Amino acid sequence: MRPHIIVAALTVLALSGCSAGSLGSSEDDGDGVTLSFLVDNSETNSKIAEGLAKDFTAANPGITVKVEVRPQGTEGDNIVKTRLSTGDMTDVFQYNSGSLLQALAPDKNLVPVDDPGAFDENFSTSVTSNGKVYGVPFGGYNAGAILYNKAAFAKAGVSVPATWADFMANNAKLKAAGVAPVIQTYQETWTSQLFVLGDFHNVSAAEPGFADAYTRNQTKYATSPAAVKGFQRLRQVHDAGYQNKDFASAKLDDGIRMLAEGTGAQYPILSGSIAQLTANFADKAKDIGLFAIPGDDAAKNGLTVWAPAGVYLPASTEGAKLDAAKKFLAFIGSAAGCDSQSQAYPPTGPYAVKGCTLPADVPQAVKDMQTYIDKPGASSLALEFLSPVKGPALEQICVEVGSGIRTPEAGAKLYDEDVKKQAQQLGLDGW
Amino acid sequence: MVRRSPYPQWFYLPAGVVYGVLFVVPTFASFYFSLTRWTIFESHFIGLDNFVAFFREPALVRGFTNTLIYGVVTSGAKVVLGLALAVLLTSRIVARGWLRSVVFFPVLVSTIGVGLTFTVLLNPERGLVNQVLGAAGVDGPGWLTNPSYALLSVAMVDVWKGVGLATLIYIAGIVSIPQEYLEAARVDGASAWSVFRSVILPLARPATVTVIILSLIGGLRSFDLIWAMTRGGPGFTSDVVASVIYKQYQAGFAGLSTAGNVVLFAVVTAIVLPLSRFLNRKEVEL
Repeated sequence: MRPHIIVAALTVLALSGCSAGSLGSSEDDGDGVTLSFLVDNSETNSKIAEGLAKDFTAANPGITVKVEVRPQGTEGDNIVKTRLSTGDMTDVFQYNSGSLLQALAPDKNLVPVDDPGAFDENFSTSVTSNGKVYGVPFGGYNAGAILYNKAAFAKAGVSVPATWADFMANNAKLKAAGVAPVIQTYQETWTSQLFVLGDFHNVSAAEPGFADAYTRNQTKYATSPAAVKGFQRLRQVHDAGYQNKDFASAKLDDGIRMLAEGTGAQYPILSGSIAQLTANFADKAKDIGLFAIPGDDAAKNGLTVWAPAGVYLPASTEGAKLDAAKKFLAFIGSAAGCDSQSQAYPPTGPYAVKGCTLPADVPQAVKDMQTYIDKPGASSLALEFLSPVKGPALEQICVEVGSGIRTPEAGAKLYDEDVKKQAQQLGLDGW
Repeated sequence: MVRRSPYPQWFYLPAGVVYGVLFVVPTFASFYFSLTRWTIFESHFIGLDNFVAFFREPALVRGFTNTLIYGVVTSGAKVVLGLALAVLLTSRIVARGWLRSVVFFPVLVSTIGVGLTFTVLLNPERGLVNQVLGAAGVDGPGWLTNPSYALLSVAMVDVWKGVGLATLIYIAGIVSIPQEYLEAARVDGASAWSVFRSVILPLARPATVTVIILSLIGGLRSFDLIWAMTRGGPGFTSDVVASVIYKQYQAGFAGLSTAGNVVLFAVVTAIVLPLSRFLNRKEVEL
């Protein structure tokens, strides 16, 4: 009998020891409430979070918001999932919308928001699960597009390409002018995926209904002629020698520097990187424009858009903290919240809160992005917001295809295998 | 009759509880979870599907090959270099004590720190190594970015970091060889080489066994250095089994990655157990 008691006592001790320290309830002063707020550690997002925390605390005496940071990418996914499953999550947290959110099992782990009507529909759909809206938008829309250096374009005598053929012709001229035509930065693997993910508007223009068929396992990257092109084009750019020489060892920072200094002409990347560009190369930002990843048909070409991340309320937040957290979420999803974010960091895309406008002095690339979004039919959400199916290994596969290690067809096939695991994990029909 | 210990059996309890809670329970729980589709939030029993999926993983074949290459290369290099250094450091040379600590020092440094430092040193464009090679007129390769070199570069760093421990074990082994053998060999007029070949090498066999077993186990389940330096890249070219498993876990495939761990456990046991038996039996026969 005794051993059981000791085991039980030890287990209880170990478990309570884990949670007491991290809840931080002892830090409350007087009758005030302290909310912990977990965000990823990118410069943009941590600054936006600090700005929101500061402005909200100023407007709501008695509630203090403390920002905690976590790593980005898969390591961050891991932390969020582990903390949610152990009930050890912060009082509110920021995380991706779309397929990554679905993997958090929102119905079980999160609290729905009170007033979902205040948001743009593209955002609401990407944080909806079983008819309930679970998040408020954090930051603005992002585009998976090509940032280009206008000075380098002028020097080589080329203009914004309308089709992939134009793009490749431009690259030849840019290379002849002594500029690296396409910047790739494989040391930070996520940056390798834009030719595939950013091509989705072109894919769905060529094959309407691709996203639904894809979710139901009726079409695949390897078998869809439109979808496999992303992989083929990634390889074409490598085989033609259009990448910067140090593509294998360069990082995002290096890519932005090359683009700003004009040693590289075009950088397929998420438009959120404009923030980093304006912060580090303020005088060069007006020289940097943006265009959608070109496809075969100039008339159908358009921009692939990423919905903003969300701020969520975990089911573990209770009592006074829950009320305070709801207030904080309402603040983030209001016009005052947008202003607070714009002040904290120059915005890099339109907000998803209805009635929020961008300041007039946004960088040129953001204006270019707005042109696509304002034109009907010239933009669509990325696949990961229309389908919960997204494989985790795409970045490594793209690095291999873009480095000439694997053929595009084999890459597409491998990605289809990768995706299957995710779909099975989510328990989708047809897999 | 078995002699009764003067201490009661329940003295085992504190250690037993710690061992049970932290080791036995998780191990057996992992055997169960390897049979489920487990999202961390919930699990469904799916039988052996995880093992089927794990063995179909395209990165796995490469992971196993790389793991074997990595284990054999690092273990082999540590034996050869460790023995050479130990012979040097047990001979009468200047500043012996200082040299011994210099050789041992990398063992004390954090693996992640070593990995990050060498990532900077081995950068193909701006790294110190290629700049030095460049000054000597040699065009250095992309140590960590070229798929053909990435794994071996990491193995090289692993050897740099781990050879100190192998040397230490060999020094202990060589020092414990009774002086009479060496004196007798010299009286018989044996050269330095034959002393090494016929006295030191056979009598340091227990040390060799320890070094091989330790470094092979270390190499087969190596993860931290590879993750810090290449994250299995470029692409999947320097993936080992442990990094394949870790990536599956990060992606949220908790059941699948647990199945991978069970497989890794079985493979390491299947390699090391017979090897250890074989090496130790030879020792007894000697």
